[in-house]
Amino acid sequence: MKLQEYQSKQYFAKFGVPIPKGRVAVTAAEAKQIAEELGGRVVIKSQVLVGGRGKAGGIRLAKSPKEAEDLATQILGMEIKGLPVRKVLVDEAANIETEIYLGITNDRAARKPVIMASAAGGVDIEEVARQTPEKIIKVHIDPLLGLRDYQARDLAARIDLPRDNWRTFNQIAHGLWEAYKASDANLAEINPLVITTDMRLLALDGKMVLDDNALFRHPELAEMRDRDVEVEAETEARKYGLSYIQLDGEIGCMVNGAGLAMATMDIIKLFGGEPANFLDIGGGASAEKVAAALRIILQDPNVKVVLFNIFGGITRGDEVARGILTSLEEVKPDVPMITRLVGTNAEEGRQILAEADMITAETLVSAAQKAVAATQGGQA
Amino acid sequence: MSILVNQDTRLMVQGITGNEGLFHSQQMLEYGTNIVAGVTPGKGGEWVLDGKVPVFDSVSIAANARGANASVIFVPARFAPDAIFEAADAGIQMIVCITEGIPVQDMMRVRNYLDQKGVRLVGPNCPGLLTPGEAKVGIIPGDIAIPGNVGVVSRSGTLTYEVLYALKLVDIGVTTCVGIGGDPVNGTNFIDVLGMFEADPYTEQVVLIGEIGGTDEEKAAEFITSQMTKPVIAFIAGQTAPPGKRMGHAGAIVEGGEGLAADKIKALESAGVRVAKHPEEIAELIK
Repeated sequence: MKLQEYQSKQYFAKFGVPIPKGRVAVTAAEAKQIAEELGGRVVIKSQVLVGGRGKAGGIRLAKSPKEAEDLATQILGMEIKGLPVRKVLVDEAANIETEIYLGITNDRAARKPVIMASAAGGVDIEEVARQTPEKIIKVHIDPLLGLRDYQARDLAARIDLPRDNWRTFNQIAHGLWEAYKASDANLAEINPLVITTDMRLLALDGKMVLDDNALFRHPELAEMRDRDVEVEAETEARKYGLSYIQLDGEIGCMVNGAGLAMATMDIIKLFGGEPANFLDIGGGASAEKVAAALRIILQDPNVKVVLFNIFGGITRGDEVARGILTSLEEVKPDVPMITRLVGTNAEEGRQILAEADMITAETLVSAAQKAVAATQGGQA
Repeated sequence: MSILVNQDTRLMVQGITGNEGLFHSQQMLEYGTNIVAGVTPGKGGEWVLDGKVPVFDSVSIAANARGANASVIFVPARFAPDAIFEAADAGIQMIVCITEGIPVQDMMRVRNYLDQKGVRLVGPNCPGLLTPGEAKVGIIPGDIAIPGNVGVVSRSGTLTYEVLYALKLVDIGVTTCVGIGGDPVNGTNFIDVLGMFEADPYTEQVVLIGEIGGTDEEKAAEFITSQMTKPVIAFIAGQTAPPGKRMGHAGAIVEGGEGLAADKIKALESAGVRVAKHPEEIAELIK
């Protein structure tokens, strides 16, 4: 889960990271008032969870409260990459001398957090990583020891930070580390961290990506989830403990297990079809869960066929079959349904489903072929 | 005959009195696994599974009383890291954690601590281990695989069952099946298990089931090129997965241009691995 810029910066500030003075506004009048409080020269920044806000015109400099009001009116009426701008951050404008990058993320291959700094800040850091990886200095942090002072000094020296700024840089690096740790972040990033013309360090932008699995420890952060960035059906699925991702194909898939769900999507594609979604119903497929999953799949108007692929292991085939039957009675789908049940009690399951109007398949290959044929209006 | 688990495994179950823990302990017992103890804090002194398994309050008490050499963990995600530390500190050398949903930062601390202690962790977010005909640790259904000479290692659960079952249908048996789990940071990686299969005299071929996310399959390809003599057959799930989206497993995500199925397939193929186009094809490639 991503946090907005203003949320990330406020969070960093709690750990001693210096941020510009500023507040969030939801109306142009508020933006004007904040600009007056800050002395007139401000930056109006759209708060949407996409990259490229600046290029899209979503970040503008205002030289007076009046201009701040006008720009806020414009920006609050914008959509950036399909997302409506509902809030703007009004920050005191900084006089920038240099832009640097500072971030901490999980390095899954090293199984350790990694802190990264670069003198080439202010731009897309992934682009820097691709074009000129040597410009990014990386230092791994032992998760049991935490960030050490020498590591922060090492970074400062290797990005040629002026020595006068080392002490503050060390504080900021430690603040960022504490913020990353305290929030269970997957990413905590300041880009750019600027040196102002009066030689102060200031976090002009902030980004945090939190670990969804750790949100139980952070209810106050979990509440900040931005529903705009998620397809409604994906939010709905989460309520039922289903993992659902909408795609743009025609074959809806209901599968138990994430790996098998991906493999099912892949085999549909292999035989010339396009999957409409990823959906993992997890273990113990109750009728209630199956029905919810079916409703979610069918809310997508592109779905022409639904393929059930269930491997009965601990979850028994007959139980799943009963769940499917009950859900069919409830949802009454009007598209062809293909079922493949394998494993424990699959035979009993198939007998239960024989009463229903469903196409059955024994192998994954034939299930995929039948699903693809059904989208073309034929019976395989 | 097997790696990691066999008839000599003396297993402890952490979280044995919970719904899942109890159900799967019953299944493991029926399969023939030697479960010597269970642990649930506050329930020490009870007996479960028709009086066959004693329950203790802590891992160290259980380990001392019963001499366990392996532990399987069924406790909820918020308590699981502590359960792993507890097992490691009690001297258990092999820990299998089934639990899904452990925060990544917790797992980084766990993994770094366990590496220092030299303790093996399999999982988390995994189905565990199955040595057909001998023992199982975890939740893999026992009846979907038969004993044989193919080693199986996988990041997935039901997809692994699918492959085991497809092998069984054509009478191909398995030495050991190892589910290493679908999390971004786990205890045991592909190369650890590939090394064990290479050293196991009874394993003649290896099946590797990977998926999008991370670079473990690419590392496996390097390992296969430099260290393995036995043939490897692979399948990689997630070719149609969109970038930036987590496909169910916390670790199954293409991000920053890393973790693509196509890159993994390419790396494995250039290491001489035959990569199946779909799971059922694995059985054909082995025959």
